[in-house]
Amino acid sequence: MRPSSACLLNILVPVKRAVDYAVKIRVNPQQTGIDLNVKHSMNPFDEIAVEEAVRLRERLKEKVKSIKVVTIGPAKSAETLRTALAMGADSAIHIEIPDSAPSPEPLGVAKALRAVIDRQSEDVDLVILGKQAIDDDSGQTGQMLAGLMGWAQATFASKLEIDTEKKVANVTREIDGGLEVLRCKLPLIVTTDLRLNEPRYASLPNIMKAKKKPIEKLSAEDLGVDLRPRLETLKVTEPPKRVGGGKVDTVDELVAKLAEAGITGVKA
Amino acid sequence: MLAPRFVARQLFVGVRRWNHTPAIPALSPVTEQDVAHFAKFLAPTSIFSTLGPNPIPISELSPYNNDWMGKYHGKATTVVKPKTTEEVSKIVKHCCERRIGIVPQGGNTGLVGGSVPIGNELILNLGSMSKVRSFDPVSGILVADAGCILQSLTDYVAPHNHIMPLDLGAKGSCQIGGNVATNAGGLRLLRYGSLHGSVLGLEVVLPDGTILDQLTTLRKDNTGYDLKQLFIGAEGTLGVITGVSLLTPPSPQASNNVILALPSFDNVLPLYKTVKQQLSEILSAFEFIDRTAYDLAVKHGQGRGLHDDEIEGAECFVLVETSGGRREHDEQKLNDLLENLLTSDEPLINTGVLSQNPAQFSSLWALREGVTEAVSKEGKAYKYDISVPLSTFKDVVDLTREHLKSKGLLHEKGVKHVIGYGHVGDGNLHLNVVADAYTLEIQNALEPFIYELVASHKGSVSAEHGIGAMKTHALHYSKSGVSIEWMKKLKQLFDPHGIMNPGKVLEMP
Repeated sequence: MRPSSACLLNILVPVKRAVDYAVKIRVNPQQTGIDLNVKHSMNPFDEIAVEEAVRLRERLKEKVKSIKVVTIGPAKSAETLRTALAMGADSAIHIEIPDSAPSPEPLGVAKALRAVIDRQSEDVDLVILGKQAIDDDSGQTGQMLAGLMGWAQATFASKLEIDTEKKVANVTREIDGGLEVLRCKLPLIVTTDLRLNEPRYASLPNIMKAKKKPIEKLSAEDLGVDLRPRLETLKVTEPPKRVGGGKVDTVDELVAKLAEAGITGVKA
Repeated sequence: MLAPRFVARQLFVGVRRWNHTPAIPALSPVTEQDVAHFAKFLAPTSIFSTLGPNPIPISELSPYNNDWMGKYHGKATTVVKPKTTEEVSKIVKHCCERRIGIVPQGGNTGLVGGSVPIGNELILNLGSMSKVRSFDPVSGILVADAGCILQSLTDYVAPHNHIMPLDLGAKGSCQIGGNVATNAGGLRLLRYGSLHGSVLGLEVVLPDGTILDQLTTLRKDNTGYDLKQLFIGAEGTLGVITGVSLLTPPSPQASNNVILALPSFDNVLPLYKTVKQQLSEILSAFEFIDRTAYDLAVKHGQGRGLHDDEIEGAECFVLVETSGGRREHDEQKLNDLLENLLTSDEPLINTGVLSQNPAQFSSLWALREGVTEAVSKEGKAYKYDISVPLSTFKDVVDLTREHLKSKGLLHEKGVKHVIGYGHVGDGNLHLNVVADAYTLEIQNALEPFIYELVASHKGSVSAEHGIGAMKTHALHYSKSGVSIEWMKKLKQLFDPHGIMNPGKVLEMP
């Protein structure tokens, strides 16, 4: 790989149009998934990823050469790209799939992203993804992409600092025990966690400007990638309904009900 | 150290209210015998009293005796929470015979002291009557007990794709009976009209205990005088509302909102005209908040603010909401409007934020709805809810501020802020004077100054909050002597003993 022009970053941010987190989801009648006829919006972790890219530009200024967003989805996904462009991305790529096509799986997505990166005329230095999508909660795409590219990865990032001179990044990760700081060489895959930042509102002037920013349309064939799912979902059901508790009037009744449930006292 | 200051403050409160509130007709206080009588037909959990066989400390009656703002303090010894209309009827009948004053109470979120006693009247709280009686998903007609909380009714009709015809900041606590009794307005009035239109029927217990059942679910019924209109907005002075039949509109398929930052207040009126014209039938709310109100809301964490650079130079903000049947159609209208506004030769707006997802939609609304709470966190608020011509909104706020300044009251320990916000679309301004504490001096500087200012514009001294105990003396600024005389005649007719919410709305001899 040719090293990119010294000290200038090209950032790629994949985003996903997912069911909005505020929606009350229901299982569809066929029990194959959830009812998708509901409000969709950008995956919240991907919003954080776009926001981080824009903030990097605010901090590093002209050292960030380009911020490109990419999505794989039906025609409506273009709106998600417009939102990202309104937040501050420069250009977008829409890998369009038919409305009826099943949602791509992480491995398919990672392979498509690899193809996108290979197509770029200038090298990509940093890919920032959401740590997981809130519809499938897979949490695999970033890691798989790093594996395919042979790049460093820092996942669940809550802080990102980049030294463009040394082409090195310090990433603070959220882990079970607390926080962990990794020093990684670029090119780097970062996946975002909740506390990384709070995404900005898209202001009206930026929304208007975003309409003029370029969106490149590609298909899976253009990339030479097979997006067909490898997993088959057998059944989706709701969790069993919670049975209400009951009130008892006396302690004796309580003891009797506990005995019925098979809980007996310990002999003193 | 603390005690003398506390006592002094109480004195002020007492003196101020005595100045305003009229002499209450000779009414009897609640006695142990009355409590015993109630205990014959009410469950023990429905009676809270400092008298009788199960007395409770007076402090436990505090949430019933004191209003939401901490401005009005009642001295009731007894609160009853009946569970059925029959129980309400028996309570009222007994009070009528015994000449005991009754304060009907819902969520106690009123802003004019109408929901708490002035003296030791009996508090009749409707909170335990909270069942939905019926809902027809085809017509959208909802019949509910008066004690149902507005938010729970909203949640009830939502799965049927309907919404309540009114929405206000207090929705999590206010009850539908109270909303009807005060003819509450709120954020949706622009689109769905007032309760005088959406209420189809009422069940009311009259001041002698008789149950007036006009709980119809008919959309059209022109048979005789429409008595229910008297109770809507009567603030509990003509009877106790126990059941409401309400028309609920279908919920919009698509909702959007946008907050616009305006460089000058003068742009609000032309902006409103443009918005009305271009959005036409999808416009569902047009709210205004001045810069100080916005800053207070952000300061007290009511909602996420816009970027500082973006709002530099903004004198005020407007929140526009659209609700329609088709998302793409609405978004197109909205986008065209916004593009026109931004690219016109003389832009009316600096910038704005269009919500991109439901979370942002709620966050933008929170900025407007949270102003009331932010104000109460900032200090003690004198609230003036007025209807004045749109063009005078800014002048009214500025003149009030100037007036307070000239009296030397505009400082950290006196009046901290004078802000304006409200339902521009309905010509309704909420003028809030935020003080460090309620004092007689500030009160006297504000009244009758503000009422006279409103009267000079032929406005209303109470657009939607009602009269309560706060404005009984100010009624004449907005209604003629003839009107007030006939209102008193009606009151006399319905309630000859003057037991229903005494001292509220009208100054009865």
